[in-house]
Amino acid sequence: MLNEQIDITLSISDKWEAEDLVLRNIVKTFDDRRGGIVYAVNDISLTIQKGEFVTLLGPSGCGKTTTLRLIAGFEDPDRGEIILGRKNINNVPAFERNMPMVFQSYALFPHLSVFENIAYGLKVRKIQADIRKNDVEMALQLVNLIGLENRYPGELSGGQQQRVALARAIVLKPKIILFDEPLSNLDAKLRAQTRIEIKRLRQMLGITAVYVTHDQAEALSLSDRIVLMNKGKIEQIGTPEEIYNKPESLFVADFIGNANFLEAVVEDIGEESVVVSLQDRQVKIVKENTCSGLMEGEEVYLIIKPEAVRIGKNADDFKGKISSKFFLGTSMEYEIEFEDSIITSIQPNSGDLDMSIPAGEEISISFNKNYFQILKKD
Amino acid sequence: MSSGIVLSIRKHRNDLIRLVKEPVLLFGLSVIFILLMVFIVYPVFVSARLSLFPEGKFSLDVYKYIFTHNRFRTAITNSILLGAIVATTSTIIGFIFAYALTRTKVPGQKIFKSFVLLPMISPPFMFALSVILLFGRNGLITAGLLGLDRYNIYGLKGLAIVQTIGLFPLAYLTLSGILQAIDPDLEAGAMNLGAKRLRTFMTVTLPLAMPGIFASWLLVFVGSLTDFGNPMVIGGDFNVLSVQAYLEFTGMGNLPRGTALSILLLIPTVAIFLFQKYLLRKKSYTTITGKSTRRAALKATPLINNLLFIVCLIVLLFVLMFYVTIIGGSFVWLWGLDWSFTLKHFAYSFDVGLETLKDTIFLAVIATPVTALLGMLIAFFVVRKSFPGKHVMEFVTMMSYAIPGTAVGIGYILAFNKQPLLLSGTAFILIACYVFRNVPIGVEAGIAALKQISTDIEESSTNLGANSTYTFRRITLPLITPSFFAGATFAFVRCMTAISAIIFLVSARWNHLTVLILAQTEIMRLGVASALCFVLILIIMVFIGIIRKVIGLGQEKIFGTVS
Ligand SMILES: Nc1ncnc2c1ncn2[C@@H]1O[C@H](COP(=O)(O)OP(=O)(O)OP(=O)(O)O)[C@@H](O)[C@H]1O
Ligand SMILES: [Mg+2]
Repeated sequence: MLNEQIDITLSISDKWEAEDLVLRNIVKTFDDRRGGIVYAVNDISLTIQKGEFVTLLGPSGCGKTTTLRLIAGFEDPDRGEIILGRKNINNVPAFERNMPMVFQSYALFPHLSVFENIAYGLKVRKIQADIRKNDVEMALQLVNLIGLENRYPGELSGGQQQRVALARAIVLKPKIILFDEPLSNLDAKLRAQTRIEIKRLRQMLGITAVYVTHDQAEALSLSDRIVLMNKGKIEQIGTPEEIYNKPESLFVADFIGNANFLEAVVEDIGEESVVVSLQDRQVKIVKENTCSGLMEGEEVYLIIKPEAVRIGKNADDFKGKISSKFFLGTSMEYEIEFEDSIITSIQPNSGDLDMSIPAGEEISISFNKNYFQILKKD
Repeated sequence: MSSGIVLSIRKHRNDLIRLVKEPVLLFGLSVIFILLMVFIVYPVFVSARLSLFPEGKFSLDVYKYIFTHNRFRTAITNSILLGAIVATTSTIIGFIFAYALTRTKVPGQKIFKSFVLLPMISPPFMFALSVILLFGRNGLITAGLLGLDRYNIYGLKGLAIVQTIGLFPLAYLTLSGILQAIDPDLEAGAMNLGAKRLRTFMTVTLPLAMPGIFASWLLVFVGSLTDFGNPMVIGGDFNVLSVQAYLEFTGMGNLPRGTALSILLLIPTVAIFLFQKYLLRKKSYTTITGKSTRRAALKATPLINNLLFIVCLIVLLFVLMFYVTIIGGSFVWLWGLDWSFTLKHFAYSFDVGLETLKDTIFLAVIATPVTALLGMLIAFFVVRKSFPGKHVMEFVTMMSYAIPGTAVGIGYILAFNKQPLLLSGTAFILIACYVFRNVPIGVEAGIAALKQISTDIEESSTNLGANSTYTFRRITLPLITPSFFAGATFAFVRCMTAISAIIFLVSARWNHLTVLILAQTEIMRLGVASALCFVLILIIMVFIGIIRKVIGLGQEKIFGTVS
């Protein structure tokens, strides 16, 4: 079974001819109801290398879908260029771009069977019936839908519809596949399962993919690189590790991993490290975890992820008080009163039934210093 | 701000580039624009020109004459009076039906629902004919049962009854849409806060339905104003504008004056149309959130239920009585005098009407698919494509719905009587009239259908490599087929029952059954007129039945549970 599948994929990926996709200074506006203009995408530049899995991540309304639709050719940019390989494709109509998209709503054709849905793009391309049949069957096999080809979309579960949408895209052996929140209509379990499925397919086929989501777990687990967007602009581009561990802006730090923001003041800027004062203590932070343009005496934020906030009884640590706690299964999350603010700490589940600390208890806090990160205030 | 202007210019340029990339689309749009201009805008323009430049020079003499002569002034006030009465009664009856059928659980809702729209598919003056048979000089009720001698039903009284019956379904349709959109939770909420039933109705339901009531009143008002068939048959001495326009234009041959009267008819209808489309709709309170699932309506008290039931039943029986009368009238020897059974009216109808019947069906069968296709196409462009002039296209199309038939008929005669557009006397002018008068129905049906199909589905077709044409043929069209047929059915019915515009356009070669019925009624051959009405209704019913069968079949199988 497994061998057979690999054979199929080889024969498909043979014809896969990936190319770099470049967005250069793309601007897209919409007219709003009151006669003004909304900048849905505001001067975005981005290079997606062939074979790469890039995720556009960001809060609702930040322009992810618009960017994807610009790439697909459903919208025309007001400014800027979209380049595939060496060719400017701004004026190539959507139906000639060969970048199938998996829609959030799946957008299956309700009057066509599963088979006809998957065959649709091949038929448009006037592929011979026997080759078409062959290709569709391969695609069905890849997404484990054998046996359902004669059903109509209305007769499938959400997860099955999702896989038809996927098959409909990959059957075309496209250069690039576009995904717009393909998992957001699935329940949690199915979502995790399909995530694995997408990862498997993509590793087998080496697809170039542009994937839109606002779910950070999805972005972190699937992507080669993440493009974090906010209000139509790019905040940061990097590998999942970079985005998570080295946020370059307050927005990124806040959006990814729920970081804590501690008020601190820069004391001393050295060659290899920066010293800041946190409450009345001095903390030394290695240079690569700081940002440029710091001045002595400047008020900054020290960023620390909840999992780097440890709770203990050590007397010379910082002091705090548990204000509430949430059991999350794999971990326990504490809200802690620390100075005038509330910070979050996440402790792994140790397996003890009585491991948790009750609310209201005075505790001491220590920070894993390697995780500290300095960011300027505004 | 200037960068905003630059961007919007670019957007238009992008739209244009898109068009040029798809020549079929560009071609289709151009053809539609030209057709709309020639068959909707141009006739109105020609009419307006004739009435304002009667002898080639600008002059308001024609209008001055109208406003200073009693015959025309009473026609105007009569039209308004009749319209106001009919709009009020129809809206009240329509509201009662709408409330009973959407807000309560009166028994027999299914039956009521299937009969309440019946008057909408009847020949235009069938009720007038019926009223003469029932309440006329030899009327079954007036002369026969009550023994009244020479009772006069002609005039305002008869017209008000007849138009109310013909138009209350329109009010019902408008109002049931509005009432359905009011979330029952709001009423429940009011009661929950301590309001009694009546108070809830007065403080919540009625105010929320107010825009709809107003809209319905205006729609019926326009319907009454533009009605031609009923006043022609049963108006008597009661002068109205539409009939005066016809008599001046055709009877007296005073083209400028007839045209001016038709323009006077056109101004208020178009104004009301615009008002209702652009002002009222925005004001409407009912927001359809799509989130709240429809909960069952509150239970009304048995007393209210019974009351509503009785009122609805009486109205419905009244309506049905009119149909029974027509059927009866077509089988009796001489109504009111000799009640013996006969088929002679059918035999005679067959002699005088067979050719006309064939013409009528032929023209409707040609016009219907053209109307529906054109409507769908326009709907598709308007909903799914962006191109310069889109709003003009939508506006002109919808506008054609508001132009009174009398104005259309006069406009067509004036506009298409010389080369290169010499169409009068041909079948083509009739077909064009049907198509462009009914195309808004097709467009509305298409828009409703298209809004239900998510754009995702069409985009995903494009995304998989299909161009606009292919997508329309393989995806959009099959999905909108049911609405397509619904629109087509309605258009067909309107073709079969047309009169106000058609009466100007028929010729010796191409006649219409309704015109023939009118002629028979005028010479008091009521038996023949009844028989012809009956035949017309039968044809319409059979056609609707067939359509229902045909599209009723595949639909569920095709769409599974998705739709
Ligand atoms: N067709 C449109 N007309 C007007 N404004 C639009 C249109 N499409 C998008 N916008 C606006 O552009 C901005 C970006 O929208 P977009 O759909 O790209 O967001 P998104 O990042 O995909 O959000 P979500 O996560 O909610 O899907 C929003 O402010 C949105 O309101
Ligand atoms: Mg989106």
